[in-house]
Amino acid sequence: MQYQSFLIKYAEIGTKGKNRYIFEDALMHQIREHLKKVEGDFAVQKEQGRIYVNAKSDYDYDEVVEALGKVFGVTGICPMLQIDKCEYDELREKVLEFVQKEHPEQKFTFKVRAKRADKHYPVNSDVINADVGYDILNSYPESSVDVHHPDFIVYIEIRQRINVFTKVIPGAGGMPIGTNGKAMLLLSGGIDSPVAGYMIAKRGVMIEAVYFHAPPYTSERAKQKVIDLAKQVASYSGAIRLHIVNFTDIQLYIYEQCPHDELTIIMRRYMMRIAERLANANDCIGLITGESIGQVASQTMFSLRTTDEVCELPVYRPVIGFDKQEIVDVAEKIGTFETSILPYEDCCTIFVAKHPVTKPNLNVIQRSERHLAEKIDELIETAVNTEEVVICE
Amino acid sequence: MRQVYFDNAATTRVRPEVAKLMTKVMTEDYGNPSSRHIYGVNAEKYIKTAAEQIAATLKVKPQEIVFNSGGTEGNNNVLIGTALQRKGLGKHIISTNIEHAAVYNPLIFLESMGYDVTFIGVDSKGHIDMDALSAAIRPDTILVSTMWVNNEMGAIEDIHAIAKLVKEKNPRTYFHTDAIQAYGKLTLRPKEAGIDMLTVSGHKLHGPKGTGFMYINEKVHISPIIMGGGQQKDRRSGTENVPGIAGLGLAAELYKREHNSISERMLAVKDRLIDRLSKTDGVTINSEKGTLSAPHIVSASFEGTRAEVLLHALEEKGVYVSSGSACSSNHPAISGTLKAIGVKKELLDSTLRFSFGIYNEPDEADYAADCIEELLPVLRRFRRY
Repeated sequence: MQYQSFLIKYAEIGTKGKNRYIFEDALMHQIREHLKKVEGDFAVQKEQGRIYVNAKSDYDYDEVVEALGKVFGVTGICPMLQIDKCEYDELREKVLEFVQKEHPEQKFTFKVRAKRADKHYPVNSDVINADVGYDILNSYPESSVDVHHPDFIVYIEIRQRINVFTKVIPGAGGMPIGTNGKAMLLLSGGIDSPVAGYMIAKRGVMIEAVYFHAPPYTSERAKQKVIDLAKQVASYSGAIRLHIVNFTDIQLYIYEQCPHDELTIIMRRYMMRIAERLANANDCIGLITGESIGQVASQTMFSLRTTDEVCELPVYRPVIGFDKQEIVDVAEKIGTFETSILPYEDCCTIFVAKHPVTKPNLNVIQRSERHLAEKIDELIETAVNTEEVVICE
Repeated sequence: MRQVYFDNAATTRVRPEVAKLMTKVMTEDYGNPSSRHIYGVNAEKYIKTAAEQIAATLKVKPQEIVFNSGGTEGNNNVLIGTALQRKGLGKHIISTNIEHAAVYNPLIFLESMGYDVTFIGVDSKGHIDMDALSAAIRPDTILVSTMWVNNEMGAIEDIHAIAKLVKEKNPRTYFHTDAIQAYGKLTLRPKEAGIDMLTVSGHKLHGPKGTGFMYINEKVHISPIIMGGGQQKDRRSGTENVPGIAGLGLAAELYKREHNSISERMLAVKDRLIDRLSKTDGVTINSEKGTLSAPHIVSASFEGTRAEVLLHALEEKGVYVSSGSACSSNHPAISGTLKAIGVKKELLDSTLRFSFGIYNEPDEADYAADCIEELLPVLRRFRRY
């Protein structure tokens, strides 16, 4: 059946006191943005602490539910019947008709939960519950009421208009994008960093991303893969500006000047420095990485301390306590996994030493980096100035 | 920047004459050859012409040509079609361990269906072990399938000798050759050689992708693997790809007309590249010079570099080549052929294939060699572990 309206449920943002309208407006804006990608015209309206999406034209139901399911801040999507206030008998008829359309199966358990926000309506909730329940039982002799574990609940909300729904489709949760500033994601081609970006975006943070490209050691396909990953994350977070930085010369210079077992750690320190520079230039107030403690040599506590030391911005590592499988689970849920496992080499792995340091000593690393003094600033300057920016949406 | 396309064994640029003809067929003579009206008649003429053009290049009859979607379909059809048709006679098939995946994988499928497949080895030049082949042929051998030119390093098999041996040992055994890298490059006479079936792909000879044909000797019968409206005498159903077939026919004819000059030019490019690379430190050439191997393929191994990196470094200089065989470049598994001919383990992942087409010139080989000479020392300085 074609629903003409959806009730959008949201949780956390309802609790934010006077800031509430900011969050609601951000949420409405995000809903509109996501619906732009879908065929059809929709009106998104706020009414007494409720957000409604009303269809103004034909649309594809699955497509709309999928789009709404990617809006952070939404906890539930309820396709519903919305009617103008009417006589009580007419209301009962309409509710029954709606239930019949939605539930062609003959045998189920249910309960009715009416809520009369508008106390002027002449019939109170308890009476509505009893009457509508009676109507449904009459129409479905094999069904029964179960107040504890019903197959579905018939919600009837008496407000300015009357909302009737029986389905609550879970939303993406989190907070609307745009309510929490902007951060710079270090995006590789792997499984972890897109998940990290998704998780921070889920908390309402706008995302930009930086990818370190190392031709000829990494291919055009590796770059395309990262663009594809950014697009997949952007399907939740909204458009992502992806900064593609050519890292080859810096990497080779480190290779020539520094001990090889420290390559990865020093390389990561320079990535963080460049990422922070780009972050500052683009109003980002934090960095995001997909690091998880102990996953590889450069992600031990010792290594993280060493990479952290080079930047002042806070570094958010949302998967820090996750096991690989837990990260994979999220990657599969958000649809980045299949892309992440494509076998194109990224720049982190091309010169990995057989036995990279796992407990780098900060003083030692700093001393090694002094060997780079001659050319490194110039190389960074060139890398930043020759960046390519791709809008991924 | 200069652009040197040295990946013609992967695919080739369509000739402008071919593209022009195809556009005409698509926009003007777009009828279905099975239609009774004039549009159908006109469309059918293109197919007849193409069959004649191709038959002339092989000195066979036009009715022995069956059009299809390319080399992979042709090989699948020959192998599976023969297995289905002749399972009453036997279930033994012989092939080699340097075949393309479009032969190898159907054979693995047939093995899983209960057929018995023997894979024959090759020597260091990629030539089939004739003694092993001779010993492998049995009374229940229904098919022998060996490629004519190897796609990874250009070795030419002695197909005449192989076909002769097969027929001597068992006259009832069918002989098929995958001629995808041979057609247009060598003079192929399947009837003289005693070849029962031969498969070709259109896009390797400056024709369109998605086209190809099988030569099937008129006395040979195999099951179709695509069934439907009974087109092409039930041998391959489906509305014929008329623009593709017309383009393929023209591409084949142009190849035939210019055969001598094309071969000469490719050989010149090949030999120039081999000369230059054999003077470069730490380079091993896996292909034979001159006419001992295919005129359009040079395989070379570059010590101390990774093929993938050298490939992309050359790309930055406008030179486009393949690592291993481009058809299997999607899975970076190490090449079967290179292993089979005994390329050293540490060089397997350091091997590139350069392949030439009608648009290449010898000075492009010089340019590629210059680039390689410039890149090798830099790449070798940064070794991985």
